[in-house]
Amino acid sequence: MSIDIKDIIKPENLVYQKSRLLTDRVMHYCPGCTHGVVNRLIAEVIEELGIQQDTIGVAPVGCSVLMYNYIEVDWHEAAHGRAPAVGTGIKRLLPNKYVFTYQGDGDLAAIGTAETIHACNRGENMVMIFINNGIYGMTGGQMAPTTLQGMKASTCPFGRDVERDGNPLRMTEIVATLPGTCYVTRHAAHTAAAVRKLKKALFKAFDNQKNNKGTSFVEVVSTCNSGWKMTPVQSNKWMEDNMFPFYPLGDIKDV
Amino acid sequence: MREIRLMKGNEAIAEAAIRCGVDGYFGYPITPQSEIMETLMLEKPWEKTGMVVLQAESEIASINMVYGGAGCGKKVMTTSSSPGVSLMQEGITYLAGAELPCVVVNVVRGGPGLGTIQPAQSDYFQAVKGGGHGDYKLIVLAPSSVQEMADFVELAFDLAFKYRNPAMILSDGMIGQMMEKVEMKPFTPRWTDEEIVQMHPWATTGKPSSRERNIITSVELDANAFERFNHKLQAKYKQIEENEVRSEMFECEDADYLLVAYGSSARICQKAVQLLRAKGIKAGLLRPITLFPFPTKEIQALLGHVKGILSVELSAGQMVEDVRLAVEGKVKVEHFGRLGGVVHSPEEVVEALQSKIIGG
Ligand SMILES: Cc1ncc(C[n+]2csc(CCOP(=O)(O)OP(=O)(O)O)c2C)c(N)n1
Ligand code: SF4
Ligand SMILES: [Mg+2]
Repeated sequence: MSIDIKDIIKPENLVYQKSRLLTDRVMHYCPGCTHGVVNRLIAEVIEELGIQQDTIGVAPVGCSVLMYNYIEVDWHEAAHGRAPAVGTGIKRLLPNKYVFTYQGDGDLAAIGTAETIHACNRGENMVMIFINNGIYGMTGGQMAPTTLQGMKASTCPFGRDVERDGNPLRMTEIVATLPGTCYVTRHAAHTAAAVRKLKKALFKAFDNQKNNKGTSFVEVVSTCNSGWKMTPVQSNKWMEDNMFPFYPLGDIKDV
Repeated sequence: MREIRLMKGNEAIAEAAIRCGVDGYFGYPITPQSEIMETLMLEKPWEKTGMVVLQAESEIASINMVYGGAGCGKKVMTTSSSPGVSLMQEGITYLAGAELPCVVVNVVRGGPGLGTIQPAQSDYFQAVKGGGHGDYKLIVLAPSSVQEMADFVELAFDLAFKYRNPAMILSDGMIGQMMEKVEMKPFTPRWTDEEIVQMHPWATTGKPSSRERNIITSVELDANAFERFNHKLQAKYKQIEENEVRSEMFECEDADYLLVAYGSSARICQKAVQLLRAKGIKAGLLRPITLFPFPTKEIQALLGHVKGILSVELSAGQMVEDVRLAVEGKVKVEHFGRLGGVVHSPEEVVEALQSKIIGG
């Protein structure tokens, strides 16, 4: 007896549907990577808010450089670290549009530190999404500003040495001190519960733009199983044990 | 009624920007051009035309704000001086790679390094030959009066949008700081958002169901596709070379000797030509107004009677290379110019032509 897929996918059996805003392009992310999950959540949030026509995304340089291939909105691909300045230009000239930036830790917290802090300090009325996987994924696993003490990367093969490399940077705590930010929160995407919470946070962050409240900043503590040289399952465990204590989840600011 | 005003070159840039319907200005203070943003902030164009003016945290940020605004199809610009324009090179090559229009003004000061705040023309290579990485070109306009500072803002935007390419106004501290009378153009309204959607279908204005999404990008990982794109860029530059050369001749018809000079140096050379003619030496001046595209053919057309050429620049000799390329060794070409913020006098130019070309 053969089963026809049509017999299974009936409206009454439907528990989940791919967002209409996600394209059919195969994502280039490694299996197990957090980027793909967050990309999907952003598509869902934009769809559910009904703001596709009015949203402009700013992609970074990093593993999500080609993110514009996946979500059906207008996109601007920025230079490494400059997404907050590009987003500022867009939002200032199109103040009624929804603007979001999406950046890795190298992009947002190393080369783009000045742009990040000043966009948040001016309270640019946009969403900044920060994928903190503690490593430079795209370039092959070098040390990031967020790499934990002792954590190995290709440019600190014996582990991050704080004497030499400085301490890992908690950018989210820094931007929370700035009066320009209205909502600063840290999440993860490694369990169904975490994904649900993250989606709610993204929803709120996008919705804040309606009310001109300032910058909404959402960090996602993430895994890079390729760069970390672990399986996706090991990565999640390692993240819980090592990343979460240093980068604790939860709202830091909500005004 | 004509509106004539006495103003600084830098002020003229600001006033012209408001009047020609610029949507956004992003900048960072640096001498000798800080009056541009200061004038804009005093004029409050956001109340008059809706123009956005924002002081950024750095030139890196200002050019990337321009990048964002340009992607939306808006008329956006930034201004700076040499060290700041060096910082902008990353953004400029992205703008060129993404084929976005914008205007960048460089009120050049002496370099290298922090250099001096005095005028210079030592950023010619940076403006004309690239500056940032990759095979790209800017459209480069060189004003030599306060009137041209005002007029070239609109011209630069026209060319930038015509070719979807960044345009640069390459001025210097002398033109930026000096005061002259300027005839101001009447106000043209800014484009409405609807007009932008019509005129610039590529712009990131928000994706309606009626079109595919617009993506502003300069990345292409397929080498063959990227080669095709690069050829397309080169074809565009060729078209610009064919259509957009602008230059001005002074006493060139019967000239035995030619001075080639742009911007403030051209003003000095005009006086030098008069001094030379008074001495019975038939000298002329060719003033490139566009530095890219360069008036190659215009120089070549004079080679029937011109016996020698002096390229006179406030630099160690940069434009002289383009003059030599145009001349192809047919007559002698030399360079003269003071450096590091020192401005040559007409008498020094006369002396240089006599020693390097006529007697040399
Ligand atoms: C100016 C510049 N410097 C360096 C690079 C090389 N580069 C590309 S992505 C990247 C780091 C990406 O790391 P991250 O921002 O953490 O993103 P991830 O790939 O981990 O998501 C670097 C250094 C570049 N593209 N541009
Ligand atoms: S290298 Fe890391 S960050 Fe990049 S796609 Fe792979 S797992 Fe994700
Ligand atoms: Mg990273």
